[in-house]
Formats: sequence, structure tokens, C-alpha cells
Amino acid sequence: MAGKVKWVTDIEKSVLINNFEKRGWIQVAENEDWNFYWMSVQTIRNVFSVETGYRLSDDQIVNHFPNHYELTRKDLMVKNIKRYRKELEKEGSPLAERDENGKYIYLDFVPVTFMLPADYNLFVEEFRKNPSSTWIMKPCGKAQGKGIFLINKLSQIKKWSRDSKTSSFVSQSSKEAYVISLYINNPLLIGGKKFDLRLYVLVSTYRPLRCYMYKLGFCRFCTVKYTPSTSELDNMFVHLTNVAIQKHGDDYNHIHGGKWTVSNLRLYLESTRGKEVTSKLFDEIHWIIVQSLKAVAPVMNNDKHCFECYGYDIIIDDKLKPWLIEVNASPSLTSSTANDRILKYNLINDTLNIAVPNGEIPDCKWNKSPPKEVLGNYEILYDEEMAQSDGADRDLRSRSGQSIGLKGNRARDSVKHVLTTWK
Amino acid sequence: MMLEQDNGLSLAIAQIVQRLKGSSLHSQLERQARGSLHKPEIKLESLKEDIKEFLKTSGWEKKLQNAVYSELSVFPSPCHPAAPPEHIKEPLVYMRKAQGSWEKRILKSLNSMCTELNIPLAQKRPIGEQKELLNKWNEMGTDEPDLSLFRPVYAPKDFLEVLMNLRNPNYENGDQPSFRNHLGLIQVPLKVKDIPELRDSFSELGLTTGQLGIDDSTQVPPELFENEHVRVGQIVLTEQDSAAAQQYVRQGCPTALRAELWALILNISNQPEDILYYEQLKSNVIQHDLLVDSLIYKDVKLTASNDDYYFVFEDYLYQVLLCFSRDTSVLEHFSYNSATPPKSYIRGKLGMEEYAVFYPPNGVIPFHGFSMYVAPLCFLYHEPSKLYQIFREMYVRFFFRLHSISSHPSGIVSLCLLFETLLQTHLPQLFYHLREIGAQPLRISFKWMVRAFSGYLATDQLLLLWDRILGYNSLEILAVLAAAVFAFRAVNLMEVTSLAAAEAVLADLSTLKVMPLLQIFLFATVT
Repeated sequence: MAGKVKWVTDIEKSVLINNFEKRGWIQVAENEDWNFYWMSVQTIRNVFSVETGYRLSDDQIVNHFPNHYELTRKDLMVKNIKRYRKELEKEGSPLAERDENGKYIYLDFVPVTFMLPADYNLFVEEFRKNPSSTWIMKPCGKAQGKGIFLINKLSQIKKWSRDSKTSSFVSQSSKEAYVISLYINNPLLIGGKKFDLRLYVLVSTYRPLRCYMYKLGFCRFCTVKYTPSTSELDNMFVHLTNVAIQKHGDDYNHIHGGKWTVSNLRLYLESTRGKEVTSKLFDEIHWIIVQSLKAVAPVMNNDKHCFECYGYDIIIDDKLKPWLIEVNASPSLTSSTANDRILKYNLINDTLNIAVPNGEIPDCKWNKSPPKEVLGNYEILYDEEMAQSDGADRDLRSRSGQSIGLKGNRARDSVKHVLTTWK
Repeated sequence: MMLEQDNGLSLAIAQIVQRLKGSSLHSQLERQARGSLHKPEIKLESLKEDIKEFLKTSGWEKKLQNAVYSELSVFPSPCHPAAPPEHIKEPLVYMRKAQGSWEKRILKSLNSMCTELNIPLAQKRPIGEQKELLNKWNEMGTDEPDLSLFRPVYAPKDFLEVLMNLRNPNYENGDQPSFRNHLGLIQVPLKVKDIPELRDSFSELGLTTGQLGIDDSTQVPPELFENEHVRVGQIVLTEQDSAAAQQYVRQGCPTALRAELWALILNISNQPEDILYYEQLKSNVIQHDLLVDSLIYKDVKLTASNDDYYFVFEDYLYQVLLCFSRDTSVLEHFSYNSATPPKSYIRGKLGMEEYAVFYPPNGVIPFHGFSMYVAPLCFLYHEPSKLYQIFREMYVRFFFRLHSISSHPSGIVSLCLLFETLLQTHLPQLFYHLREIGAQPLRISFKWMVRAFSGYLATDQLLLLWDRILGYNSLEILAVLAAAVFAFRAVNLMEVTSLAAAEAVLADLSTLKVMPLLQIFLFATVT
């Protein structure tokens, strides 16, 4: 029977519930039969844990991949990207080409990052190379800007060193693992203010990789003027753009919430810097998102019952180079302003249209390639199947056309090729 | 007749020569000419011709041309030499009187605020405060002084009341309705364009001309037009020709070229002396505290700071507007503005002309929404000094007309009348319906026009609209757009039964596409 979708959620947000109700779906309890479960990351852990041994049936889908943390925990993301680069290098892929300083030309998009305490010695070695640098410390398992602080002296993180005398005395909580990343101290400022980008990316399958980019991302602005001076290091309002943090600032504005649309950003950059550099920036942003997904694709449990909508956090530096800061598995669905509510309602609406075609009872075996008309504000960012058939075509042509040229040339060509494929 | 024209021309030339004499361009040209004497190609026997040739090839002639062109677009053509100077400001006596009494009201309100709050109009800042202000120059927005007692001197709706009460004493309005009766709020007889005349003036906006801001042009595929248009735009910029730039932007500016094209049209080059001038204004701000600063501050906080598009630029707005209030070069525009700069007297010397000073120094009292004239420009210029000059030029060419009472075709009175006439003539049913339910259309559209639509349209659309203001050196397009918006929402508006409901239908203009609306209204409607 073509029944109605039965849904459950453990996140009581109106943007979700309104969307389910609009489709005429029926709410059920968690222990009943359900078809669609929009769950928190805590719940997904239980659903797929070995002990509970829950088996999803063909008509059930959930909004997370079982081991999404390979991408959404910063330490694991960095590990996966490092591994991905090494593999490409081993294959002799032109994408892994390095410049004269040993930096990857196309794959250097995450600020230098270490785990503490595990990589303490590696970190010290890097820190000494550039002792005036500022680093940002972040607890591995926390979100929304909690527990973050900046350091610019080794003494400030002594307690994470392995041979620290105090280490045997410190309590359980401070032994907690941290990620430490080089702080981007030359961020692009607009109106003198620092901001980061929040972009939404939907993955419907990892193998083959198929992902979508939401057109309506936004910039989140700090309410306090940016100053790179170290005296302001402990004023978190200057440095962090998380709304959860900014909301406590005195200057937080409840009408716009410090949020600026990506289309504003594009208009501003194109007007003040020109079209070419602006297009290049946005191409590069797309590039780093796809590369980060490719980096985790091999280790991701590509469970066919799953899709996931990620919140990508990106910082742009003053040379218009984008840096991937982190990826969130549960981007906030809380609405801070009226526009925000509309945006998030539409985000969920468009996400559901792709994940649950026609709002009908899902069949996880469908080929997950929806027609263009239902994409809404999503656009295809990368479709591995399509890229491959396309690429095979091109390969054939180029092979018959010319012999192998210079290495550098080839690399540039193939990069261009990838870039144009998902446009 | 011929003779009169010739006379006018030579008068205009004399006026321009007069104004350019003593300008920095004048001395630069002199210096260049003198410097060229050492060049081998300059021969004594053909000195004059050779120097002319040199100025041409070195690009200085173009600079002179642009300066002349700029003078021509800003200053009105001279009247009869016997006409008194106030005729240049405003030829109609009743308009001048109305503007005068409006100014008195504003000044009174400003003075009473001063007395009430016991704050002087101006005072020197103590040294400590000067240092503090200098330090936070780039982040004035973080300051939260208590401004609850300050209120905007006036808001657009107060101004509208004044315009509604304007009457021409020589004109028999008559009690009997006649075909001449204008049923709108504006009751003065001014000549405004009808649709055929507007089509003529805005011929480049026609259906057969390529336009930026229209995706579905039927004539040429949009990409093809865009690429070609960008190419032409680059040539215009290389040529550095103001007149060509002005013609070019009638079809819209490509985003990436807009900042430079506008600067070229406005003849702003941001030379070292201009930057220095801006720095001087800045130090004036640092030294003296003016009452209008609080008004500016309050206005930014009430408008741009809460705006989804412009909040990012809050600090830039202070950096521009505070300097603007100190800029005495703005006073020059009062020679062709119907308004007269308000005067204040040094303490204890009230009424003694020799102790009178203009207040604020630039002669412009900001009103509620004033900062929205600057806000969109922040998308184009990130250097404060350049942003400042562009804004000042836009103000003395266009924006002042939106809050002074005059009979100029770009003045707010004519725009209101044009708007009402267009609606009454082309959408009579809608016009009467709204009028019947007490929702006079002008009550809704007035604020759009006073702010030149800033803060109402999405920024990309607003910039496309302002392209045309610059391109046609006229604000009439604002009235046409206001009418076009009503036409676009006509079906919904016919269903409303109250002013509030009509306002709700027109509350959000941020999704509108300006160019298709204008084109349809001007060229696709049967007249």
C-alpha cells in the first residue's frame, strides 16, 4: 500500500516538524515502525552500534552515515585528508603536485593541524619554526565554539605534553584530546570585520560520490572589530564567528544575526576585486569541499539507508584563498532571525525532496539520482558516475590527440578538467 | 533666436572657464605644458600647436574634457545675466518660500533639541577624548552611547505632509472637478513627462536594446550581449572618457566594472590631494564634537545597522557621514539647490550676522534614513577616502534633490507628481481604488523615492537602478519604478481594503527585478 511516511525525530525543531507535516507524514514513536528518522549524532551512534545490532529495512532511512565522524571530527578529518594526499602522491597523481616549498599546490586547504597530546612533539617542532604564530585549541568532541581558546606561547599548553610532570595529577577532563591548528591570522575582512562561511552540502552516496551544494550559504560576522594583536587573544568575540558564541556579545543584532548571504559576498568581491579572482575563489571552495569528501569516501560506511547534510565552515584569507576549518554533521537548525528560519525551512525542504523523492515511503535501493527539477536551491557539486563517463570520453580524445606533454602541463590540464566537470 | 543660443553658449563657456580657473587641474595643466617645453618635439615656431598635441597625446586633454563635462552635468546652464542668483536655486517664488519655511521648522526642531538636552551644537573635544576617538576610528560601531533622548530631526513622512500642502497661489485650483484635476496628494502644477516623452528620454531601455539585469532578452542571447558589453566597458575605461561612460551605463554596468565606471562619470580620481583632504576632514571630526554626530549615529543605528545587506558596513558609514558633515566644499552646491544652509551664531552673539556660521559646516541636516544614501556605495569602494568622494559627488549631483522643495524635474515634488500622474493615467482603476480606501499610493511610495530605493531593493538591483540615474543624469527613473512596482502588484492591490493591507502587499521589494519592471511599464504597456 502506498502509505504515508512515518517519521521520528529526536530534535524538536519547528523547521523539521513543519516540513514533515507539510508532506502529510505521520509522527510515530521511536520504538514503533518508522520510515524516516531525523536524528542527532548521539542517536545515530546507538542505531549502528554493535550491541544494539539494529538492522534497518529497505524502507527506512536516516540523516547520518554511521561513521560520519570520519569527516565531522576534526582530528579524523585531518587524518583522512593527510592519508588521501599521500595516496594520490603514491599514485603519481598530478593533483598531489607540490611547489618548491614542499606545499601541495592543489591539496593544501586545511590549516596545519596536530592532535594533542598525541602529536605534541610534532607540534613543538612546527611551532619553533615560526614562534610568532598563533594557534587555536579545540576540544575534539565539542561543538558550537565550546572550550576553544587561542595560544601563542608553548607554556600555555604545557599540560598536554607527554612528559609533563603534572600529567599524572590532572583530572580526567583536562586530559581530553584537543586539535591544535594554525590560526589564520590574515583573514579577509569586510567592513573591517572578520567572518567565516557556512555552506551546506548534501551527500546522498559516497560510493559513487554524489554531492550537492546549497546555493544559499551565508557569512557569519564577528560583532567586534578584528585585530590581530595578541592582547585581544582572550576576547573570543573577535575571533570566533559561531552564532552560539556571538549571541552573548553585547552587539549581537537580532534582526540580521550577523549573517550575510553568499550572494552579497559575491557581489561585494566582484565589485571590489574583479570577476576573475571572485570566480576563482568560488571554484576553489567547491574544489576543497569535493576533495574533502573524496578523502573520506573510501573509509565511509556507505550505508544505503543514509544521507547527510553537512555544514561546512570555511575561512577566506586576505589573498582570497579558502581554508576548510571543519565540517559539522548536525548543522544548527535553530533560527536566529526571520530570514534564518526561512532559509533553514527551505534547506530541510530541499534536502527531503532529494533524500525522500516525492515524499513517498523510501526505498533505499533507488539509484539516488533525482531529476533536476526537484533540486530546489541545491546544485550538483560532484557526481562521480557522471564525471567518470565524461572523463573516459575525454581521456580517449586526449590520448589520440597528443603524446604526453610536460608534467606540469598535464597536472594543470587535469585539474582544470576536474574543476569544469562539476560546474 | 540664433543669437540667443549663441549668447547662452558663450555664457556657459565663460562660466566653466571661470570655475576651472584656479582648480588643481588648471595648475596641473600649466605645469605639464611648461614641462613639455624641454621635449624635442616641441618647436618654437609651432609652439601652440605642439603643446596642444602634447596635451592630447599625454591624456591631459581627456582630463580637461572630463572636467568640462562634469561641470556641464552638475551646474545648471546659466540664466539671463540679469536674473538674480536665487533664480538659479529655484525660479518659482512659492517654492522658494515653502523651502524657506520648511528650513525654519527643521532648524527650530534642532535648536529645541539642543535646549532640551542642554547640549551645545558644537564643542571642542578634550584631548583625552580625541585620542580615544582616533583609536577607535575603525570601530565606532562598537560604541553604544545613550542616544535614547535624540530623535531624528524629521522623517520622510513629515516631509510628505509639507509637500501635500504646497499650493501655487497664482493657479486657480477651483472647487469644481474638471479633467485637469489631479486626484493625488500633490496639488501643484508642474510639467512632468508622459509615457511617450519618457520613452523618448529613456530610449536605451527599450525592448530592442540589450540590458544588464534582464535574463530573457529576446533579441540577443544574454551571454552574448554580456560578453560584448563587458568588452566595450573595458574600452570605455581605457579611454577614460566620462561622456562615453555615461552613455555606456544606460545599458547597465557589469558588476566588476561598476566602481571604476561610476568614478569616471563622476570625475573622481582619488588623487593624493583628495586623500589628504579626506584626512583633514577626519581630523576635524576628531577635534570637534557636533550635535549632528549624534543624529548621524542614531540614524545609522536605526537603519543600516539593522539591514541585512548593509550592517557589515556600519563603521564605514560613520567614517563617511561624520566627515561629510564637516566638509565645507559641500556648501558650493547650494548655488543650485533650492535649500539654503542653516546658520547658527557664536554663543552670545545671536542674530549678529558677522558671528554667523553655517551649521553643520556642510549645511546639510541629516534626517531619518540619510545614511542609506551611502550604504549601497560600500559594496563598490573599500577605501574610505574614495568611498567618501563618490558619495559626496552623488549627493551634490542627485541626492540633495530628494529632500529639497523645488520645481526641478529631478526634484522630489516633480517625482511625486510624475508618479501620481503615471498611476492616475495608466492604472486609473487601481489609483481610484487605493484612493477610495484611504491608501493614497504616494503615502507608500514616498519613502522609496526619498531614499532612491536604498534599503528597499536587493543591492544588485539597486545598483542596476542607480546605473540608470547616473546614465541619464536624472532621478525621474525613481518615479517610473515606483509606478511600475504598483503596476506589478496591481492584482493584489485591487483586493486590499485598507492602507495597512496595501502597505503589507508592498512591504518587501527585495525580490523585485528592476529592469524588467521598468521595461514593461515604459515600453510594453499600451498607451
